[in-house]
Amino acid sequence: MSSKPPIISIEGVTKRFGDHAAVDDVSLTINEGEFFALLGPSGCGKTTLLRMLAGFETPTEGTIRIDGKDTDGVPPNRRPVNMVFQSYAVFPHMSVADNVAYGLKIDGVAKAERDRRVEEALALVQLEGFGGRMPDQMSGGQRQRVALARALAKRPRVLLLDEPLSALDAKLREAMRFELASLQHKVGITFVMVTHDQDEALALATRCAVMERGRLIQLATPSDLYEFPNSRFVADFIGTVNMVEGTLKTDNPTEAIIATKELGDVYIDHAVLGNEGATLYLALRPEKISLFRRDGVVPPKLEDCPEGYNVVAGVIDHIAYLGSESVFKVILTNGRQMLVIRPNLTRWDQEDFVEEQPVWLSWHACAPAVLAG
Amino acid sequence: MSGENWRQERKTLLATLGPPLFWLTLFFLVPLAVVWAYSFGRNVGLTEIEISGTFANYAQAIQPLYLGIFFKSIVMAAACTVICLVAGFPVALAITFAPDKVKAWLLLAVMLPFWTNLLIRTYALIAVLRDEGYINLTLGWIWKQVGLVLNVPPFVPLEMLHNNPAVLFGLVYVHLPFMVLPLYAALDRLDRSLIEASLDLGAGHFRTMMQVVVPLALPGILSGVLITFIPALGAYLTPDLLGGPDSQMIANVIERQFKRANDWPFGAALSFLLLYLTFVMVAVQALIQRRRGAR
Ligand SMILES: Nc1ncnc2c1ncn2[C@@H]1O[C@H](COP(=O)(O)OP(=O)(O)OP(=O)(O)O)[C@@H](O)[C@H]1O
Ligand SMILES: [Mg+2]
Repeated sequence: MSSKPPIISIEGVTKRFGDHAAVDDVSLTINEGEFFALLGPSGCGKTTLLRMLAGFETPTEGTIRIDGKDTDGVPPNRRPVNMVFQSYAVFPHMSVADNVAYGLKIDGVAKAERDRRVEEALALVQLEGFGGRMPDQMSGGQRQRVALARALAKRPRVLLLDEPLSALDAKLREAMRFELASLQHKVGITFVMVTHDQDEALALATRCAVMERGRLIQLATPSDLYEFPNSRFVADFIGTVNMVEGTLKTDNPTEAIIATKELGDVYIDHAVLGNEGATLYLALRPEKISLFRRDGVVPPKLEDCPEGYNVVAGVIDHIAYLGSESVFKVILTNGRQMLVIRPNLTRWDQEDFVEEQPVWLSWHACAPAVLAG
Repeated sequence: MSGENWRQERKTLLATLGPPLFWLTLFFLVPLAVVWAYSFGRNVGLTEIEISGTFANYAQAIQPLYLGIFFKSIVMAAACTVICLVAGFPVALAITFAPDKVKAWLLLAVMLPFWTNLLIRTYALIAVLRDEGYINLTLGWIWKQVGLVLNVPPFVPLEMLHNNPAVLFGLVYVHLPFMVLPLYAALDRLDRSLIEASLDLGAGHFRTMMQVVVPLALPGILSGVLITFIPALGAYLTPDLLGGPDSQMIANVIERQFKRANDWPFGAALSFLLLYLTFVMVAVQALIQRRRGAR
């Protein structure tokens, strides 16, 4: 992509608390202007990694470079990054304007220029005219925006956000999600955001790092994380998935067959490049499976289910109608449960598929992600 | 449990509140009222006091001699409070930011003097400060070593006892925990991320201290000041044992009225002036807190 050096480069960073490694040998780079998300379950070390970027924790091992400069020994107040805290950390004894002006005063920005930049920052987060209020007169979402404005007013090279939306209710969170995205577009500052909400990460980030127990598991764009997970952990953590265990039966340059107990032989239209007999996992997303009525014993018509598709038989056990789509719990003849998602494309779509209806499940040979571990 | 429930259960309420209420009335309010009545009385005979409703005792209490002692007591207590604040703040800060394990021990170290008898502590202080005390012994020893090499006059022990600095030192020593504990309570409640936010926005540690920590710890500072100042103002044992002839504070004067001078009505009047002073300070503090709270 660009030839610019990365704004943040994390090289072999480990952070130990006692003998527990909260962050374990993580290496990654973040490019200028990116919206980078750190994603992972609770306790996986996301906050710790972010706090090392801000300077509140020192790596036990490894190097962190910001803007090409080694940050070793550089205190938080000397780093070109600013943080939006999970608890917002808006100073309760200062007005909103004073909160936003706090960092500018320290930088020695003259009063007139300061006032201008405070106004500008408040406008950016749509809080014009709120400068005179005290924080306890603001709602949670507004306080969160004060924290954003306060950090943005400093015009940092990188903005660090620790679960910025987690304290908001679902509706507000959704709204703020869009605001954050458009804000990042407007200011062009690199955002590094910690979240354990995968929807948030997928919706906002240009790239995501998925962490588990201190380790970096996968670093990819949101769509690659979803469509090409590199492990069962990522496939399971991002979205819902039908996970099936099998062994590699045939492996050719153009196709492979994986024998499974639950789905029989599954055809894959690409090489798997594994040892025959090796244990593999198929991660099959629910929306990649098609449903067909199974009124006789014959498989679906050929034009409905073209060459290269896999087919198994089952019975609809339960339907969750979600409006735009329906989620089907299907029990296969061998007892295995599969999730299928089907968009409700017409207004009478759901009539064909009711509970107890025997169905064929079918998916394309390229649909499952084949995972080694 | 709701207040309604409690009100309905009159008997339970009476059984739980009754004894302490009875105790307080009998041994605190009644004697206080008696002393208050005495302050409007006069001595008739050696042990008899006539409650005549006179204000003569109060008139005597606000004579320059006693006002001077009041003033001196206030100055001593204020100096003690300021020193306790300046010395106690870093201590409270250190305890707040100590690792959890160390914290418990540091708090214990602050509390320990509380559990030691004041008299014992004061005599221990005398053992340290007197002419043949530990400080002078140490200084004398150093002086002697110097004397082996250089030609110096003989060592004269420093006079550290029976003067105003000794009283002040004693007051600070006794009252420091009163300051440290409320300060610690306030600092410990403080949201750490506010401090981190200040650092993150470019402030140094000193600026963070002055603009974030101190303003937010202000309620704790205020109660610390009050909790230190009030007992220091009424200090009796410390000026009595560590002070010189000019070091007496108001409590010493009051004691003398009740004992040697046998002028209970006048002693009572002095006591109540002190009490009123305390009330005013508590009221002022409550007012400030209310104003802060209302904002
Ligand atoms: N100061 C500390 N001392 C000791 N252990 C710590 C400290 N900070 C974090 N840890 C540990 O390090 C691990 C990672 O913590 P971290 O806060 O980075 O997790 P996280 O991914 O942000 O989780 P969450 O989503 O719950 O916020 C946890 O096991 C935590 O207990
Ligand atoms: Mg966290």
